[in-house]
Amino acid sequence: MAKFGLTRRKFLVAGALVGGGLAIGYGFKSDKPDNAALSASTSEGEIALNAWIKIDSKGVVTVAIPRSEMGQGIYTALAMLVAEELDADFETIKVEQAPIDDVYANVSILQDALPFSDKFHDGEDTIGATGMAKVAGLLGVQVTGGSTSVRDAWGPMRQAGATARSMLVMAAARTWNVSPDECTVEKGVISHLKTNQSGNFGDFVVKAASETVPLSDTLKKPDDFEIIGKSKNRLDIPEKVTGKAVFGIDIALPDMAFAAVKLSPVFGGKLSSHDEKTVLEMPGVLKVVPFETGVAVVADSFWRAKTAVEKISATFDSGEAASTSSDQVIKTLTDNLSSDDARIYAEVGDAPSVLSSAPNKVTASYTVPYLAHACLEPMNCTAKVTETGVEVWMPNQAPTLIKWFAEKIADVPAENVKVHTTLLGGGFGRRAEIDLVLMAVTIAKSLKNRPIKLVWTRENDMQHDMYRPAAVSEFQASLGADGKIEAWKNRIVSQSVSGSFTARLIPWATMDAPDNTTSEGAADIPYEFSNRLVDHVPVKFPIPVGFWRSVGHSYNGFFTESFMDEAAFAANQDPVEFRLAHLGEHRDFATILQKAKEISNWSSPLPAGKGRGIALHESFGSIVAQVAEVSVSEDKTVTVDKVFCVIDCGTVVNPDTVIAQMEGGIIFGLSATLFGEITIENGQVVNENFPDYDMVRLANSPVIETVLAPSGRRLGGVGEPGTPPIAPAVTNAIFAATGDRIRELPITKSGYSA
Amino acid sequence: MVNLTINGKDLKVDVPDDTPLLWVIREHLQMSGTKFGCGAGLCGACTVHIDGEATRTCITAVSDAAGTKITTIEGLDENGIHPLQKAWIAEQVPQCGYCQSGQIMTAAAFLDENKNPSDEDIVEAMTGNICRCMSYVRIKKAVRRAADEMKA
Repeated sequence: MAKFGLTRRKFLVAGALVGGGLAIGYGFKSDKPDNAALSASTSEGEIALNAWIKIDSKGVVTVAIPRSEMGQGIYTALAMLVAEELDADFETIKVEQAPIDDVYANVSILQDALPFSDKFHDGEDTIGATGMAKVAGLLGVQVTGGSTSVRDAWGPMRQAGATARSMLVMAAARTWNVSPDECTVEKGVISHLKTNQSGNFGDFVVKAASETVPLSDTLKKPDDFEIIGKSKNRLDIPEKVTGKAVFGIDIALPDMAFAAVKLSPVFGGKLSSHDEKTVLEMPGVLKVVPFETGVAVVADSFWRAKTAVEKISATFDSGEAASTSSDQVIKTLTDNLSSDDARIYAEVGDAPSVLSSAPNKVTASYTVPYLAHACLEPMNCTAKVTETGVEVWMPNQAPTLIKWFAEKIADVPAENVKVHTTLLGGGFGRRAEIDLVLMAVTIAKSLKNRPIKLVWTRENDMQHDMYRPAAVSEFQASLGADGKIEAWKNRIVSQSVSGSFTARLIPWATMDAPDNTTSEGAADIPYEFSNRLVDHVPVKFPIPVGFWRSVGHSYNGFFTESFMDEAAFAANQDPVEFRLAHLGEHRDFATILQKAKEISNWSSPLPAGKGRGIALHESFGSIVAQVAEVSVSEDKTVTVDKVFCVIDCGTVVNPDTVIAQMEGGIIFGLSATLFGEITIENGQVVNENFPDYDMVRLANSPVIETVLAPSGRRLGGVGEPGTPPIAPAVTNAIFAATGDRIRELPITKSGYSA
Repeated sequence: MVNLTINGKDLKVDVPDDTPLLWVIREHLQMSGTKFGCGAGLCGACTVHIDGEATRTCITAVSDAAGTKITTIEGLDENGIHPLQKAWIAEQVPQCGYCQSGQIMTAAAFLDENKNPSDEDIVEAMTGNICRCMSYVRIKKAVRRAADEMKA
């Protein structure tokens, strides 16, 4: 701990305040290589040219990936960015998980949290966006989420490749005594044709490390890309088909013990008593560790720990949540549709007064339930606490937060905290949370010097998630004489995810700030209406809510695109034509919608019992249109036969990964549409395991056809944008097939099954 | 003491008879390719072959596996190039990858039984395995690809 002066972080903050600004230029803050982040991890003969690139004496390039691999293909996509500008041989490139360092801060995720009124999202470099970049750099928070990884790395990691290439070329030119301008680089080999000399990166890397870092290096033009935009096999896949991939749950350490927990069944409940005597006599049991919200058993195997913890009789003070049920939550949300206390997120013209005198009005309201993440790898965290330090192994999306809280619980100096981010067996937002590290370090602290692996059961996971909030939404629109919407009023009521998350990180802070995630996908829709009002009523319940793949878009996509469909029907217009008529200046959206219309053969007739539905939604910077084709039988069984998907994510890095993310995102959203619902009674989750929280299996997976339509617009994400449009595409298709409008998810609420 | 034959090796493990085979494989024998997903035989992540049959190890007592031939993902093909593993790479199936050992083991037992599967057969065989990343579109293609290769 820096006892005699400011910590580095505080120094940076102070420097920014005094100097009125701080240059954060991709970590290239001087003309000497800033490779400090990787200096501890270089092997013999290997040299780090900057915080992202290491090259060994044979020329093997290793790229440090500062984001978590949870299946979105980020190891590969980020390595492609580096390899492109480095002119490395992608077939031999290696990746490793980067350590925690300020240089890897995720700037984009904070910029995305800017108020929607900021023009940043329209492609302008605003003061807000620049300021947020500085804040992000100062906080130095490494986090994987918000579909930001490629967007955030697009500048820095290509720049890292370009500067390393320059340094290597300089070193080669100096060796050969030729002009660097005459040297060429191809697949990791530097050549000087005139003198017929060549060598691989490894021959020059030692010299390159002492070359001056070029502060501004020209990046390739998109037309010159040789790697970006071409499908590359994922670097992490070979070990995922042989069982060799190491997830957090697979960590094995010498002398490791295993922990299982019993948690307060009611949210927010506290352990009041427990009887450990009988359990301590069970074979293999090492220790019983009570903590605020539950009790852990540590044993010499997980099975023994789990069996023992189930035998512990524990009592809990349930607290305020004991009377909460999901039915009551939905009722309270619905009651608040008429609240006087809403926060406005979009306002154009005077929608209320136009609506009050409008003759031709459309109204509807919609409801969605709580949802669990249900990552297939159950929650886990391995921790070892010594007298002076703590080490954590964890599949996580926010290593910086994990580090801060491990330090806090272990009560050790910051420099003695080490966090290893493993592969994640699913993330979807769940693994940005800190609950597992708090629990694991607390347990490990009671067994000094012995590593413990805490593993939650599926039941623990299902009942102690941070859920996608339940939400209701009400719309009123008026149609003008021209058949177009002249006024649009939309109110959303839900808990605030950002508020709930912040309260978990900083319990003493009372958060009642605006939360753009509540209205994302509702306030920022592309349709142009002369009068528009979108507001949100925040309601508090003692149910923890969190970031669930696509966050607010996951429900606002369903709400807005269902209501557009209802308005189109009321106006007696084709759903595609009606949307196109409202897109005004947003030609990029119109292009994607037209493309979806074309590939789905939208206007062709379908037999009775079948229907097509369309949805158009922008999230995380990408525009996605989907057309679902469904069959509905007489007994209301729904089969989603086919989904057509078109995405404009600006620029495509790894095409096959974008397609895979669309496929996965669509079926993830379809699971919520057809089955997903977490039910709460007496403050406890009723669902326990998969049959109670079902999801799409191979048998009800649709055929999916994805078309990539990158327009070159500002780079968008791909991990989440496939999810929001599928629910309205399916329910709009059910309407087309049956005339029955579904306004509540999952569709089982309306008597349908899948 | 329970005698097990896993991936061709005879092993003895000192665990209570009712310990699920899953935890014996993962913790005692330190083969972590077989995964814990639900603990109740519902998701398929823990699937191995017992005498050639796809079996959920999270609900199989270790004593029930004594005297049988057990194959885990590590033993499916010693070089990791079983037609299914090759097909899984060719179709770029895995996302997070956590369920894929179980998917591949389920598919391998199925293709041993059914050399000439229809698409419907594939769907029926694979529909008990959950993939939370929802890589189903590619799982189906990869099983088909492997089936065609094995037939050829």
